[in-house]
Amino acid sequence: MDVMPKWADVILIPVISIILAAILSALVILAIGENPWAALKLMVSGALGSTYGWGYTIYYATNFIFTGLAVAIAAQAKMFNIGGEGQALLGGLGVAIVCLYIPWPHWTVALIGAAAAAALFGAAWAAIPAFLQAKRGSHIVITTIMFNFIAAALLNFLLIGALKAPGMEPATSKFPEPAHLPSFQDMFNFGDTTFFRGAPANVTFFVALAACLFVWALVWRTRLGYEIRSFGESESAAKYAGISPTKIIMVTMLISGALAGMMAINNVQGEAERLVLNAAEGAGFIGIAVALMGRNHPFGVLLAALLFGFLYQGGAELALWTSIPRELIIVIQALVILFTGALDNMVRMPLERLFLAMRRA
Amino acid sequence: MTQAPAIELKGISKAFGPVQANKDISIRVMPGTIHGIIGENGAGKSTLMSILYGFYKADAGEIFIAGEKKNITDSQTAIAAGIGMVFQHFKLVENFTVLENVVLGAEDSGLLKPSLARARRELKNLAEEYELNVDPDAVIQDVGVGMQQRVEILKALYRKADILILDEPTGVLTPAEADHLFRILENLRREGKTIILITHKLREIMEITDTVSVMRRGEMTATVKTSETNPAELAELMVGRKVLLRVDKAPAQIGRKILEVKDLNVTDAKGVHRLKGISFDVHAGEILGIAGVAGNGQSELLEVLGGYEKATGSIKMNGEEIDLTGAKSDGQSRRARGIAHVPEDRQREGLIMDFHAWENTGFGYHRDARYQKNALFMDNAALKKDTEEKMARFDVRPPDPTLAAKSFSGGNQQKIVLAREIERNPDLLLIGQPTRGVDIGAIEFIHQQIVALRDQGKAILLVSVELEEILSLSDRIAVMFDGKIMGERMPQNTDEKELGLLMAGMSGGDS
Repeated sequence: MDVMPKWADVILIPVISIILAAILSALVILAIGENPWAALKLMVSGALGSTYGWGYTIYYATNFIFTGLAVAIAAQAKMFNIGGEGQALLGGLGVAIVCLYIPWPHWTVALIGAAAAAALFGAAWAAIPAFLQAKRGSHIVITTIMFNFIAAALLNFLLIGALKAPGMEPATSKFPEPAHLPSFQDMFNFGDTTFFRGAPANVTFFVALAACLFVWALVWRTRLGYEIRSFGESESAAKYAGISPTKIIMVTMLISGALAGMMAINNVQGEAERLVLNAAEGAGFIGIAVALMGRNHPFGVLLAALLFGFLYQGGAELALWTSIPRELIIVIQALVILFTGALDNMVRMPLERLFLAMRRA
Repeated sequence: MTQAPAIELKGISKAFGPVQANKDISIRVMPGTIHGIIGENGAGKSTLMSILYGFYKADAGEIFIAGEKKNITDSQTAIAAGIGMVFQHFKLVENFTVLENVVLGAEDSGLLKPSLARARRELKNLAEEYELNVDPDAVIQDVGVGMQQRVEILKALYRKADILILDEPTGVLTPAEADHLFRILENLRREGKTIILITHKLREIMEITDTVSVMRRGEMTATVKTSETNPAELAELMVGRKVLLRVDKAPAQIGRKILEVKDLNVTDAKGVHRLKGISFDVHAGEILGIAGVAGNGQSELLEVLGGYEKATGSIKMNGEEIDLTGAKSDGQSRRARGIAHVPEDRQREGLIMDFHAWENTGFGYHRDARYQKNALFMDNAALKKDTEEKMARFDVRPPDPTLAAKSFSGGNQQKIVLAREIERNPDLLLIGQPTRGVDIGAIEFIHQQIVALRDQGKAILLVSVELEEILSLSDRIAVMFDGKIMGERMPQNTDEKELGLLMAGMSGGDS
């Protein structure tokens, strides 16, 4: 019998964690002489108070949905893919190559082509650690994190060399016009009223929503998902049933890497429209917190990604309008990650005890 | 009666959430006696003993030790009150010596040497007194389970226990080792120690106890003198209805050869030679029972036949050679050949404990066409419907397909696995420890199902460490020891004693 009802696990624990993180953040803000209530109001209005704010929040959230899903699906097979960052960087490489070297006639085909390339490159980057895990037993946590560094170095090498555009910057040249994705500003433009003006959110958000649906159907409705979950729950039982661990490890990690890689159509193709250094900006790591908070469920990942999108955009507004330094914003974001992710058990244990006591009474 | 009881429990109750594990239990155990507690799995025996040993706190009730009221809050106070416990799963440090394990937690001071010296002297005395001979300098992982168990008993005695609780002590022992254990217990009784023996084996109760208490669904249904009762009566008290202790079966109608195993060898990942050239056949309409103490290669044999362990040698199924390298065949292709497998450990292999019952019903057969909606998706509705029907036919309780496998009792979990494997109508059924952790009522049902499958002309390979089960179900018996088959016997021409010798590696000549 479960100790806690499901709703407590899925809703109560994240909410309490966020409140705890908020209280601690408030104390930090108070300590540097700012008003935490005003700061919160600024964050809310900055991130959610206008379509412009929403446009940023959704843009960040789109990144986190992809990397969160990548972590979530690997977690279904009880694998911890912390290589989302590197896989997303490689996805960016894939996007850049097809956008620069293939003359796309229209953004729709460019999107399909770039998405395929991003998925392929991300998957390829995950394939090596997956193979090492499946065949040699090298721990996936160690190998994927090392591959993040290799990916960063590889991108550096290419962006100051083969792919570098003329000029001073270590970046590719701008993608040609037909490869540009429509932003929310282009899509929600109704004559005199334009929504999302100047915000980077783009059509990729809908691809991300489709990815959530895809992952949900894959995990809970297909044979492969059934085998992935079986393997994750019990490797010994999977062997008994004739499910090949090698196959599951490989396939799951390829899907995971592909999802992380597909983040690049949002930030590289949709926003920057060229490949720059460190394009993923840590979104691969945020994906871990997003998946953890979202309980490895696509719908949870979506909600958690929106929360983190809010934190990113609200934090940027704070840095812009108050004397709260940029570094402190990172501290606040870190506190949320710490509480929702790493300190999950700190909230869970007392809550479980409470529910046990209530049931006894 | 002038003497105070060694242990007296008065009105002990304990609930876990809505489950009443112990309900108003009272029991008196006189010093110098062996008291048996018998009951099905989940009857509350272990909970009661955990309360006595301080692992759980009773919701209500009192405990008296030698007439004195005690408040046992943890195992330390239980030990101080003179209670020693020998768990079913030993709590020993594998890479410590016997002596170090005995002293662990009961050192006299910060320095180890004087404690060890004292323990060595004491162990010698105890060994002479009770036939508890052990080698104090042997490392635990190198000694057999029989000796490991004696170390557990010594640990309790070293801590001056007057009351010894043994939880299912014979589960891992050969018949000869069990006899040795019983001699030790008799010696202890003669010296005035009080022993509580928890078991589900009626035979042991009859053989060694003075009094016996029967538990059913958290309640103590009876306490009787062993000399005034019989196994049938005890079984009825345990289950609450009349139970068939013997398996009713017609003579076997032996058919063609289904499985032919020749010179099978397995070396595991650590390089240990687990199967050493095993050969045997199983025919249609026949139950071949593999007897043996756990860990003598039976598990590996089942794994090879089930398709998830590599081997060398030859296995023919219905006359066709099976690939043993693991390259071309796995559990899936074995199922396709008509081999169904009820694994030894249903919690580790046969079921996924966190999956719903309906998800487990398709486990291993999840690629079957009847469980697919179309090329992409599985047909979860069909799985649920199938599970409902199977649950009705196999009397799984509660008959709710959406419950997680872990929410069912051992017997009902086993029925879920059995329904899945038997209803595939296999040519060969591999079945390991079919009734381990299963209550008597369900044992009867499971045995009937196995015999019914045999009577349909199917071949059955039965692996069990319960000799009684092997003897009553098998049409032919092979005994395994140290990765080899020591001999084959017909059940009507052999007995537990002869099989016990074979199980201990003593070859009985012909085979």
